[in-house]
Amino acid sequence: MTAPVLELRRVNKSFGPIDVLHDITLTVNAGEVLCLLGDNGAGKSTLIRTLAGVHKPSSGEMLMDGEPVSFAKPKDAADRGIATVHQFGGTFPLMTIGRSFFVGCEPTRRIGPFKIFDRKTANETAVRAVQEFGITRITDGDRLIGGLSGGERQSLAIARAVHFGARVLILDEPTAALGVKQASHVLRIVLEAKKRGIAVIFITHQVTHAMAVGDQFAVLIRGAVAANFRRGDKTREEITDLMAGGEALADLDQAMEGYMETHGGHPPQPAAQATVA
Amino acid sequence: MRDLFLAALTKRAETGALVSLLAVILIFVVFGGADMGTMLGAASWVNFAANLGIVAIPVGLLMIAGELDISIGAMIPAGSMTVSILSGYYGLPIGVGILGALALGVFVGLVNGLLTVRTTVPSLIITLATLVAMQGIVLSASVLLTGKASVPLAAPDWAKTIFGTLISGSFQNIILWWLGLSTVAWGFVHHSRYGNWLYAMGGDKVSARNAGIPTAKMTIWLFVLSATAASFVGMCGAILFNSAQVSGGMNYIFNAIVSVVVGGVLLTGGFGSITGIFIGTLTFAIVSQGIYFTQIDRNWSSLIIGATLLLAVLMNNRFRTLALEVAPRAKRPAKA
Repeated sequence: MTAPVLELRRVNKSFGPIDVLHDITLTVNAGEVLCLLGDNGAGKSTLIRTLAGVHKPSSGEMLMDGEPVSFAKPKDAADRGIATVHQFGGTFPLMTIGRSFFVGCEPTRRIGPFKIFDRKTANETAVRAVQEFGITRITDGDRLIGGLSGGERQSLAIARAVHFGARVLILDEPTAALGVKQASHVLRIVLEAKKRGIAVIFITHQVTHAMAVGDQFAVLIRGAVAANFRRGDKTREEITDLMAGGEALADLDQAMEGYMETHGGHPPQPAAQATVA
Repeated sequence: MRDLFLAALTKRAETGALVSLLAVILIFVVFGGADMGTMLGAASWVNFAANLGIVAIPVGLLMIAGELDISIGAMIPAGSMTVSILSGYYGLPIGVGILGALALGVFVGLVNGLLTVRTTVPSLIITLATLVAMQGIVLSASVLLTGKASVPLAAPDWAKTIFGTLISGSFQNIILWWLGLSTVAWGFVHHSRYGNWLYAMGGDKVSARNAGIPTAKMTIWLFVLSATAASFVGMCGAILFNSAQVSGGMNYIFNAIVSVVVGGVLLTGGFGSITGIFIGTLTFAIVSQGIYFTQIDRNWSSLIIGATLLLAVLMNNRFRTLALEVAPRAKRPAKA
């Protein structure tokens, strides 16, 4: 078996006296989606920033293709093919699709002594890249990023990362701010990226979205991996329960049972709807 | 079709500026009874626009990149005093004076740029400090070295030909410098990769840096450019008018910012165009100088400038919203 694209071995990260990540051990394989689940404050952001080279682990090892790697700055991680796409996708709302697609690595062509920004190539490449991911509504590279829908922006950002040779794609809550339809677009694109052999790390706290695309799941609780399992090993309820820290939901369950005992079997109002569903 | 036309138009930052310019000319001709030929052919506003424009372009570039430089107000008299003191008072060759004035610009620009990238203090505050400090330095250095606040300068012919002479009796040759700088800036911003970096920096500096753009180096260069451009304008003025004063230049701060904003540059960065800045400068110059060709009292010019600014900014805002909204559903014609 080939070495996983990215592997973390007992990675710890602390900021001063505060330990944020504890002994994180994870592997991500090519062509697989690792869903990183966790409630707010569980350490997801710190973990992805560590992967992206923003933070250096306090201890532990990071390996790519079986070789130890160490990133001094985000550029190092990017050069190794680790790309991060943030919640709002393109961060340059007033730039055109073609221009923002190539920020930092603009295509140029020579006219006499001058190197000219090749707008035509930039626009065509950007539009083609995003269309290959199934977003056919984007046809004009001169459109401004700010005029795209949230899902389109995410798709463009993912297409951009893949175009520039990303091997590990970190998606930071790509569906959090989106409607149902837009979110399903993004999930389709995640599957497309996976089909192309990219290792995807999909951060979310929406279990449904994770279940739709994930091959492997890791649940983070208070900076530690509380569970790490393959698709089909656990039910949605178990996952939700884990994410909330288990106990919290168990407490709620107990409270509910207590309520029902004293109310002749009737659950409290909001929960009544849940039993119907 | 209307949508496509609108989309193409609103995506351009200079549309608002163009409309303002036409509106101002229309007002002057219709209500002020100005003769359009005489007014537009006059040297006064073109000279004014050229001096302002050389400063407005780098200020606009900085604004697109999300920074502001107001130290230009002190750099204009600093440039003219440097060349006059070195070559006029001390009698050094004019070349030394010219290099001295430009070097001072580079130095102040470096200070502004380095402070901006090394600290988290907004560049408005940093350049406010260098503005006031440079005023003090220029005044006390002049009085200390020459004992006067005004120094005469007799530049040789070659220097006058290049930096300060009148073409056909009334047009300053700095107009050519302005056109040249505008052309170079236009190529730089709209047709080179550096222009893309500029927009990215103004849009989101952190993302731009993560994308591998040398944002610190770019910022420093832009500050050097603006301080040097201001010093250049002062220097050319001293060579043309054969003397330099320690006062003056403060008007340029607001005039340049108004021109740039009327030209469609977003005050918070990330959006704008050189054509827009160019037209914004023209508009400003025509309002403030063209008014002499009308029956409108000169005192109203500030009001007109204020109204123009407001009109242009509101239009720019509206256009930007439209540009973001207009999503052509139909396939665009082959010509993009």
